[in-house]
Amino acid sequence: MSYHFGNWPPPFGIEYRVDAVNALLALLISGVALFLLPWAKTSVNLEIPERQGPFYALFLLALSGLMGITLTGDAFNVFVFLEISSLSTYALIAHGQDRRALKAAFRYLIMGTIGATFFLIGIGFLYAMTGTLNMADLAERLPEVRDSNVVHAALAFIVVGLGLKLALFPLHLWLPNAYAFAPNFITAFLAATATKVALYVMLRFIFTVFSPEFSFTAMPLAAVLMTLAIAGMVAGSWVAMFEVNLKRLLAYSSVAQVGYMVLGVSLVTAAGVAAGILHLFNHALMKAALFAALGTIYYQIGSVRLTEIAGMGRHMPWTFTAFALAGLSLIGVPLTAGFTSKWYLVIAALDAGQPWLIVIIMATSLLAIYYIWRVVEAAWFHDTPEGAALPNEAPLSLLVPLWVLVALNFYFGLDTRLNVGGAEAAARTLIGGAP
Amino acid sequence: MSPFSVVLIPFVGAILIALAGKRDRLRDGIGWATAIAFFLAVLGQLGPVLDGAGREQLLLEILPGLEIAFAVEPLGMIFALVASSLWLVATLYAQSYMKAGGYSHLGRFFASYAIALGAAAGVAFSANLLTMFIFYEVLSLSTYPLVAHSGTENARRGARVYLGYLLATSIGLFLVAIIWTWHAAGTLDFRPGGIIEGNIDPTWVPLLVALFMFGIGKAALMPVHRWLPSAMVAPAPVSALLHAVAVVKAGVFCVVKVAVFVFGTDFLVSTGSGIWVSWVAAFTIVAASLIALTLDDLKARLAYSTIAQLSYVVLGALVATPLAIAGATLQIVMHAFAKITLFFGAGAIQTAHDKKKISQLDGLGRAMPLTFGAFTIATLSIIGLPLFGGMWAKWYLLSGSIDAGQWVLVGALLTSSVLNIVYLLVIPARAFFLPSRDETAPAGIREAPWPMVAAMLITATCCVVLFFRPEPIFTLVEMLLPASEGFQ
Repeated sequence: MSYHFGNWPPPFGIEYRVDAVNALLALLISGVALFLLPWAKTSVNLEIPERQGPFYALFLLALSGLMGITLTGDAFNVFVFLEISSLSTYALIAHGQDRRALKAAFRYLIMGTIGATFFLIGIGFLYAMTGTLNMADLAERLPEVRDSNVVHAALAFIVVGLGLKLALFPLHLWLPNAYAFAPNFITAFLAATATKVALYVMLRFIFTVFSPEFSFTAMPLAAVLMTLAIAGMVAGSWVAMFEVNLKRLLAYSSVAQVGYMVLGVSLVTAAGVAAGILHLFNHALMKAALFAALGTIYYQIGSVRLTEIAGMGRHMPWTFTAFALAGLSLIGVPLTAGFTSKWYLVIAALDAGQPWLIVIIMATSLLAIYYIWRVVEAAWFHDTPEGAALPNEAPLSLLVPLWVLVALNFYFGLDTRLNVGGAEAAARTLIGGAP
Repeated sequence: MSPFSVVLIPFVGAILIALAGKRDRLRDGIGWATAIAFFLAVLGQLGPVLDGAGREQLLLEILPGLEIAFAVEPLGMIFALVASSLWLVATLYAQSYMKAGGYSHLGRFFASYAIALGAAAGVAFSANLLTMFIFYEVLSLSTYPLVAHSGTENARRGARVYLGYLLATSIGLFLVAIIWTWHAAGTLDFRPGGIIEGNIDPTWVPLLVALFMFGIGKAALMPVHRWLPSAMVAPAPVSALLHAVAVVKAGVFCVVKVAVFVFGTDFLVSTGSGIWVSWVAAFTIVAASLIALTLDDLKARLAYSTIAQLSYVVLGALVATPLAIAGATLQIVMHAFAKITLFFGAGAIQTAHDKKKISQLDGLGRAMPLTFGAFTIATLSIIGLPLFGGMWAKWYLLSGSIDAGQWVLVGALLTSSVLNIVYLLVIPARAFFLPSRDETAPAGIREAPWPMVAAMLITATCCVVLFFRPEPIFTLVEMLLPASEGFQ
């Protein structure tokens, strides 16, 4: 589907284009927003008692920014929407109750701006070389100038810039604090969408605009991505094992999960890219559910530290069970969405003739079991800290949306037509090179 | 009745038990109803299997070719029958034991117990490796609260070791083996004759065998046996039903199933791919028996005896001649009945006299004649003497190893039988024939509550009955083997 702004035909006017790749992503983003908003109201009432109007306005701005990035077929438009979503996100993070949220937001602002600037430089180079900003048109014209250093530099700038937004190890430093101190609703939303959109843009540029033949032969991009992905998987999971703040724990786990997605992409096979996109979709589901569970815990207990949730599983069984079930999806237990993407990733690695990757995927999955298990054990098998107020079960206005999110994790683990089919179609589109 | 609904019965029962919670009578009633319904449902699957048409069911297809499916075949039938019938006896025992021991949280306890049985049935009836793997993990997870039940630091540490070993091996090795199989064979279905042949370069097959055998940590092949003694912190009914029957037998059942339906016995015999792992099993048999000799804690000694006995099954499955497979399958049955009796006995001694160490048992035989009588019968069955069911298993395992010309394995089996006499038979012998050291102990008979004694007597009787009337099991075993070669 193609839409021309002001009826200017591309490449002169701005074009919006929907194909198998961004259709899935647009569905994901709007779906996550749809399922999170009912949950958000109660949570936001507690955490942001005043000036809710601007808060929700900013949220909608961020959402439309993300949607814009996804749907546009114009490279400069991507940058504009990236800034719209980023700027509103900085402000949203700063809404966190903890004063450290300000610092986290500022840090994210600095890193995010550097990333966006790099991205803009890259686009600028491309424009200088080709005189067009339309992605399809760029794809057509780039082969003529592919040997120029400027184009190589453009690819490097774009990948690094997006790597920052994507929180690809070692460019992830902004992420843990931003997630930890943002309001819970925002954390859940960002974790499920923002990094995913950045990955999408990266895929779009690597595969559609530059074409894989160029991206992966002109530069050792596959090797670099694979190395960083593995480093992120191992380091992220490792740090998560020792983290006592559960939001930070999940944030580091996100760094690791981004690693899985990029690992799939770095295999440069249709199966690998499909696995990456599938994990992108599924990871959004699990992290939305997990952060919503944490938000619910925070709503009742006022903390998400491991020591303070000790023994609370018996008082809030529904909330903690939801967390544990979503955790199963994160680990990749069969019957959950997480299983399908890990399965595809492992099979893709085997098909690509890299069986040693299985060892790493399995090892990091074991680490994931460990850090999820720590939460389960603390919640059910430790004694409640002395003098702690015993909480009641969370209100239904939080529980029902939370369980819907958890149920989605299982639904997409059993009925895989939408996510697997969508991811495979997307991978075919990307690898096929057709914009 | 479809296989999946049989599997569901204990799960539904578990929910009801959890809801009944502290209402003792209601909860026990539901417990009985679930166990009986489950047993009858399993029995209902027997007819079609004997007709050679075990029921099959495709529940859902997760990814193309990757299914959750069930199929009842003779081997799974045997395991399901053993687990479901012993659950009845264990219900009798457990309800009495947990009350006599003054345990709390019984709702959680019996609910987890039921889930474990449902998971065992799921393993038994699974039609492919994926389904088996899922229920295998459910079984691991559902038994964690049982092992940690008493809630002490010690219990929690034991339970953590238990779960850590089982999860790490299953995901780090078993799942890898499954993925490899899928990648090479393009299917995970259990098929007679196996799915590996022709799909994997024979040089690599021994590695795949090892991944499976060590990955199925529940079979407790050394060095992944440490979880079993750790799990002995659990209350006696858990040790009895789960760590003598459901959990460990699920492990060795998976081993046999993988040997027969994934690798295929002919393939294993002709390539000899399983032989070096069977030497590990032989080592485990001897080493675990030697360790058992040194232990004074009754349950710990039984745990190491279990480790040794499990490796008999692994050994038989990997030698893979028809006789050895028959022996391995029979060992699953015979050892289950004998070992559950021994653990029941250990629990009864603890309930009635609060004794856990073998050195404290001197003279206790006169106070608990029934308990130690049952204990003696079970011991003799484990050693493999005639008049007791265990003999059949040992007989076929030995014949199978001799057939295959594996003299090292024959040696290990014989050594182990001798060691069995030393470390197991000595227990009732001390109880009956040595004078009591405890001067203050009142004379006269003081047994555990009658349901516990009754449970022990039933299982001990079964050990004897299985010697004289093993035909029903033989029939099922025969269906498992290639039609041309009868084994009797």
